[in-house]
Parts: sequence; structure tokens; C-alpha cells
Amino acid sequence: MRTIYILWLRQIKKYLRSKSRIVGSLGQPILYLVALGYGLGSIYAKGGGGSYIQFLAPGIIGMSILFTAIFSGIEIIWDKQFGFLKETLVAPVSRFNIMLGRTLGGATVAGIQGIIVLIIATFVGFRPTNLALIIPAMIFMFLIALLFTALGTAIASKLNDMQGFQLIMNFLVMPIFFLSGALFPLTGLPKIIEIITKINPLSYGIDGLRGTLINAATFSLWTDFTVLALVTLACIAVGAYFFSKIEA
Amino acid sequence: MLEDENIIEVRNLTKKFGDFVAVNDISFEVKKGETFAFLGPNGAGKTTTIKMLTTLLRPTSGNIHLNQFDVVKESNKTRHSFGIVFQDPSLDTDLTAMENMEIHAALYGLPKDLYNKRSEELLNMVELWDRRKDMVRDFSGGMKRRLEIARGLLHHPKVLFLDEPTLGLDPQTRNHMWSYIKDLNQKEGITVFVTTHYMDEADKVADRIAIIDHGKIIAQGTSDELKQKTGQTSLEEAFLSLTGHAIREQAGESEMKRMGQMWRGGKR
Ligand SMILES: Nc1ncnc2c1ncn2[C@@H]1O[C@H](COP(=O)(O)OP(=O)(O)O)[C@@H](O)[C@H]1O
Ligand SMILES: [Mg+2]
Repeated sequence: MRTIYILWLRQIKKYLRSKSRIVGSLGQPILYLVALGYGLGSIYAKGGGGSYIQFLAPGIIGMSILFTAIFSGIEIIWDKQFGFLKETLVAPVSRFNIMLGRTLGGATVAGIQGIIVLIIATFVGFRPTNLALIIPAMIFMFLIALLFTALGTAIASKLNDMQGFQLIMNFLVMPIFFLSGALFPLTGLPKIIEIITKINPLSYGIDGLRGTLINAATFSLWTDFTVLALVTLACIAVGAYFFSKIEA
Repeated sequence: MLEDENIIEVRNLTKKFGDFVAVNDISFEVKKGETFAFLGPNGAGKTTTIKMLTTLLRPTSGNIHLNQFDVVKESNKTRHSFGIVFQDPSLDTDLTAMENMEIHAALYGLPKDLYNKRSEELLNMVELWDRRKDMVRDFSGGMKRRLEIARGLLHHPKVLFLDEPTLGLDPQTRNHMWSYIKDLNQKEGITVFVTTHYMDEADKVADRIAIIDHGKIIAQGTSDELKQKTGQTSLEEAFLSLTGHAIREQAGESEMKRMGQMWRGGKR
């Protein structure tokens, strides 16, 4: 327990101390909200979709959680390079607890990031339809955060430097984002795209956010929750396995 | 069979990185309570061996027992038995000195009061107590090294591994560290496994020395035994006569080194 807590705390402290990282990582979601929200708003409304900002904000919240979470997981590569990872790997505690502490810490950071983006979204006109559902929305945010931090951990456990990072961004993270329904509705898509979006776990996260924040889920909230929870558990299991095999 | 008094037993240990053999079929044992030194030049395979002994690297072949545990198969249990000061940096530079100490204490389950007492004592020893709230990233290389040592001594394990601990340390801290470790060794019976390429250090602190070169253990014994065996009067000369080269290789010595290898090959 103490292991999980201290490694969780470490991630939080490091996050709170890097003001530039916090500000920097908010730039992108703000740009998307403003540029896409205002830029495509009228087309979307003409197409009969209603308010695009309402539709877009949950997607952008999901996006910023996705990026922050993957990044938190990938941080293991730095710990490998700067050597701190060794300090934890030789300690008389289970590797699972080490992995869990780090992952929970990274997920908390990503979750906080999501909440900050939610607050920012209200400044560009986003209005949650039911404030009572903010708590379930936060549960979805945290699940998305946990899932992708664990995925980042699993990937980073297999990498020794940042060389592969660009590859992962371009061929995994960006597709996960663009094909998740974050920017457009998941209805009336070509069959192949539809299949991909159905496999993509982020689709269920963003759908869950839409369900709770603007009462517009495509699937049911229970489907969203169950799929997310199961994939999260699977990612933690795979991440913990790869992490336990790290050599330094 | 494991002899009870051996806390470390290594049999035919080999580590290959691709085709390169970093540690080549070495065997040795370390007795409970002794200070054992691995003496060898850079690249001899000292760190690679320590990494295998401390569960960080999987051996290519051979086996290791530490405190009666099979290091590969019972890695979790093994980790309860040792502490280590790494040769390479292992601090989190985005945290303060004290926070690095705290994480170590938590990982090793140190009770709060013991932690408070020891961290103050150790940080004073390495003269970092006044800087404990500063970020490690602002420390000089020497300060980081001192912090690594203080952190490594926070908990008192059965076996303490020190990988070139005094590299880059000032003589004063070096002395403080060794007297602290000597004390641990005597009062708590902690076994010390140290690697070094300083002759005088090995000579002074170690009960027994293994000389390692190019991944092979060439000779082992007490400093006196090594001198006797080679008919030399100093450990330095003994080393030279065993390996065919000085521990700090000068440029242009490779020819001599090759001859040394042939000589060793012939002798075995
Ligand atoms: N991960 C690795 N991959 C490839 N070669 C390595 C690796 N680690 C160490 N080596 C090589 O193994 C040899 C022994 O290294 P090391 O154990 O660090 O020596 P020492 O600690 O005695 O200076 C060196 O030639 C080094 O370059
Ligand atoms: Mg070394």
C-alpha cells in the first residue's frame, strides 16, 4: 500500500511542479475547441446536428485525457534513461504494486487534465445538460485515463528510448483519437470505419462522456462502462506483465 | 548443496549481449559477514555481474543463490535480502533530496522514527542535510553521488552491494562512508560486496578479493594470498602479473593485453 501511495504521490508532485507542462498541454485542447468549435459550428448546425460545441467538448476532453495518459505511461522510458527505474526495480516490493502506483499516479494526472479542459470548455459555451451526472462523467474520465496510462506503460516497458515514440503517436494514438467519434458522430459511417470505431476503446469513453455530459450516448452508458472497465483491466494486466519483465 | 555460511554462491555464470560475452563462466562464493571485492578494469564485467546478482538482468546461463534464494526463480524473495548503491545514476532529479530518501524508505518499509533518525544521520554524513529540500537536478555530480550513497544506506540489508561507490567522491566522504559501512559490517553482520578499480580500496577494505578481467575471474583470495601466489609485494604488482596489464590501461597497451590473454589461456 505504501509503495502504491508513494509512487502515486511522486507522479502528482512532478506534475504539479511542471507548470510549463500543464500550460503546454492545455494549448492543444483550447485550439481544437476554438478552431473546430467555431470553425465547423455553422456547418454542423446547418447539417441538422445542433450545437457543435456541445458535441465537440466531450470529444476534446477525451482527447486531452488520452494524450496526457499515454504520455504519463511513456514516462517510464525517461526513468529508464535517467536511472530511477532501477531504484524501484530492486526494491523488495512486487512489480505489480510499482506498476500500479505509477499508473494510478499518471491516471490521476490525466483525469485532472480532463477536468481542467471541462472547465475551460464552459468558457467557449459548453453547458453540461445535467449537473448531477458530473460525477459519473468523472468516473468515465478516470477510466479513460487509467486505460491509456496502462497502455502507455505496457508500450514503454518494451522500449528503451524515445525513437519509437513518434511511430506510436502516428500509428496508434492519433488513429485512436480521430477514429473515436471525438470530432464526428459515429453514425452513417462507411462499414470499415464503423468497425474500427467499434473496436476502438476510446469510442466508448467518449460516448460515455456524451451520455453523462450532454445526454447523447450512441451506445448505452452500461455498455460504455463495461467495455471501458474490461479493456482497462486487460491493459493493466498486460502492462503489469511487460513491466515485470523489464531488465535494466 | 548450499553451505550455510555462504550468503552468495555463483556457479558458472555467463552473460552474453548478442555475440559479446560480458561475463564468462564465473564461479565464486561470498561468506556471510565478509567484505568481498570485485577488482577489475573498466569493462571487465563487474556491473553486469552485480546486475545479475540483484535481479536486474537475467543470466544467459549459470545460477546464483543469495541468502539461500535462487536469484532468478525467487527474485522477489531475493530482493528482500539486499541493498545496492548503483554505479550509474538512479535518483529522481525532479524531486528533492529528502523526497528521494522518502521513496526509498517507503519502498523498503522503514518505520517512520527509524527513517527520521537515519536520514538525518546519513545526510549529515554526506554533508547534504542543509540541502535536503533542494531539487536534485540542481546538485553537482559529487553531491548526487553522495546522495545515492546516503539513500543506499538507509535500510540495513543482509547483503549490501556497492558498485564503484567511491568513484568521484572526495577523500573525506570516502573515509566517512567506509567507516560507516565497517560499523554496519561489524555491528549487524552485514555482508558487503564491493566493486572497484582502486587497488588501495580493495586492499584496505576487503577480506577477500576476486580479480576480474574480460569477463573472467582470474584469481581470488585474500590480498596476501594474491601477493603470495604471484610472488609480488603489492596488490598492484600482483594484478599486473595476473592480468598482464595495469588496471588503468594506457593507449597502446592493447598489444600487451593480447599477449596477457594468450599467456593466461596457456596457463589454464
Ligand atoms: N546492455 C549492454 N549491451 C551490450 N553490451 C553491454 C551492456 N552492458 C554492458 N555491456 C558491455 O559489457 C562489458 C562489461 O561491462 P560492465 O559490466 O559495465 O563492466 P565494468 O562494470 O566492470 O566496468 C563492457 O564491454 C560493456 O560495454
Ligand atoms: Mg561498472
